[in-house]
Amino acid sequence: MELLRAENITKIYDGRTIIQNINIHLERGELISLLGLSGAGKTTLFQCISGLVKPEEGRVLLKGEDITGKPGNISYMLQKDLLLPHKKVIDNVSLPLVIKGMKRKEARAKANPFFEQFGLQGTQEQYPAQLSGGMRQRAALLRTYLASTTGAALLDEPFSALDTITKGQIHEWYLDVMNKIDLSTLFITHDIDEAIKLSDRVYIMTGKPGVIEHELFIETPRKGRHNFNLTDEFLNYKRQIIQMLGKI
Amino acid sequence: MIRKSGSITNKIPPLAAFGVILGLWFLLTGAGWVPSYMLPSPVSVVTAFIHDFPTLMYHSGTTLLEAFYGLIIGVAFAFIMATLMDRHETLNRALYPVMVVTQTIPTVAIAPILVLWMGFGMAPKITLVVITTFFPIAVSLLDGYKSVDADAVNLLKTMGASPWQIFYHVKFPSALPQFFSGLKVSASYAIVGAVIAEWLGGFEGLGVYMTRVRKAYAFDKMFAVIILIVIISLLLMAVVNLMGSAVMPWLKAGRSGRSS
Repeated sequence: MELLRAENITKIYDGRTIIQNINIHLERGELISLLGLSGAGKTTLFQCISGLVKPEEGRVLLKGEDITGKPGNISYMLQKDLLLPHKKVIDNVSLPLVIKGMKRKEARAKANPFFEQFGLQGTQEQYPAQLSGGMRQRAALLRTYLASTTGAALLDEPFSALDTITKGQIHEWYLDVMNKIDLSTLFITHDIDEAIKLSDRVYIMTGKPGVIEHELFIETPRKGRHNFNLTDEFLNYKRQIIQMLGKI
Repeated sequence: MIRKSGSITNKIPPLAAFGVILGLWFLLTGAGWVPSYMLPSPVSVVTAFIHDFPTLMYHSGTTLLEAFYGLIIGVAFAFIMATLMDRHETLNRALYPVMVVTQTIPTVAIAPILVLWMGFGMAPKITLVVITTFFPIAVSLLDGYKSVDADAVNLLKTMGASPWQIFYHVKFPSALPQFFSGLKVSASYAIVGAVIAEWLGGFEGLGVYMTRVRKAYAFDKMFAVIILIVIISLLLMAVVNLMGSAVMPWLKAGRSGRSS
C-alpha cells in the first residue's frame, strides 16, 4: 500500500532552483534511502515533504490526502538529536504525544514500554546530557516513532555524527528495531554503505539543481543482513551505485 | 571527595585577596597613616555595626521590602515585555532602542524627580528599583529566547505544535539560564537602587540611615552600613543561585557525567 508520494516537487530559493521535478514514493513498511552528495538538495526536499516549507511546484500526498505545506503529519529526525536538555529522557520521548494533547502522565505511560525495545531501559528519569551519543540517537528515533501517528518518518542523516564503531552498532540495532515496529522511513544519507545496508530501495540524487537520477532495489532480505557489508552481493550494489554516481 | 577538596583549593585565592585588603586596612589605620575620621579602623567599624545592629536591622527591613517589591514588579514587567517583543518583530524594533535609552539615564538623576512626583513614601523607591532591575532581565530574556535552536523549533512544528506550545516546551526553558544571570545582576541593583532613592528623602531605610550618619560625620557607622549592603547583596545573589539550581536541575545532571 502506498503511504507517501511526492509529485513533481520543485523548490526555488532566491531565484535559484534547488530541487527540480522530484518524484518519489514510499510504500508502507518500506525503508528508503535518498543518497546524494552534500548540496544536492536532499534536506530541502525533506523540508518540502514535511511541510516546513512549501514547494513552488508539486504536491505531497499522504495516503492520498494533499498535505503540501502542512507540518504535523510526518515525523522528522535530524543529525542533531534535538533532545531538549531540560526534559528527562521519558518526557523528551513522549513530547509528541503531549503536543497532540495527551496528559503528561498518560504520555509517559504510553512511551514507557518502548524503552526496552529500543535498548533504553533505565534511562527514563535521566537527562539527555547523561546519555552517550548513540543512546541519544536511539531516544530521538523513539521520539520520532511516537510522533508518527501516520507511520511515516523522515530521517535526515540521523547517524552521521556518530563515530564509526557506534555507527556500525547502531545500524544493526536500527534494522532490528525497524523489523519489529510499524514505521516506514525515508532516510537521507551521503554514505553509500549506509544506504545499501539500511534500505529496501535507494534513490540516487544529484545536484544542481537536485534531481533523482536513479532508483535501485536492494533485494537482500533485511533479516539476513548481519555482516552484509562484507558480502560480494553488497559490493555489487556498491559498484552499481558508484557507477551511477560516476556517470553524472 | 576529589571535587570537594578541589573546591576548597579554588577558594584560597579569593580568600587570600580579601585577607590582604583587610590587612592593608588594619595597617593604614593602625599605624596612624590615615586619620580615623577619614578611614575608621576595622575594629571601630565592627563595634559600630554591633552597637547599631537593631537600628540597622530596622532600616534594612524597609530597604529590603522596597527592593523586593521593585524586583518582583520589574521581573514581571520585563517578562511580559521580552515575551511580547520576541513574538512581534515590529514591537521589538520599536521598543528596543527605547529600552536602551532608559538605561542611559543615570539613576541618581531621576530619583529626585520621582520623589517630587510621588512623595517621600515607598512609591518612588519601588519605582526606581523597577526601572533599574527591568533592563538586565528583559535583555537577558530576549537573548535567551533568541538563543533557542531553530531546528528544535522546526522539530516541534513537525509535531504540529502551536506557537504557545513551542514557547512553553522550548523557548522559555532555553531562556532560563540567561534569565537567572540577569536576575542575579538585578537583585544586587535592586538594593543599590532602593538605597539611592532613600538618600533623596524619606523616613526610614538604609539610605536614610546613611544620610543621617554622614551628616553626623560618623564614618565608622557609614562603613558599617556599606558592609551591611554588601552582605545583603551577596546573600541575595546566593538566593538567586539556589533558586536557579532548584529550577534547572538538568544543569547539574549534565555536569555529573554520562552513562552509556
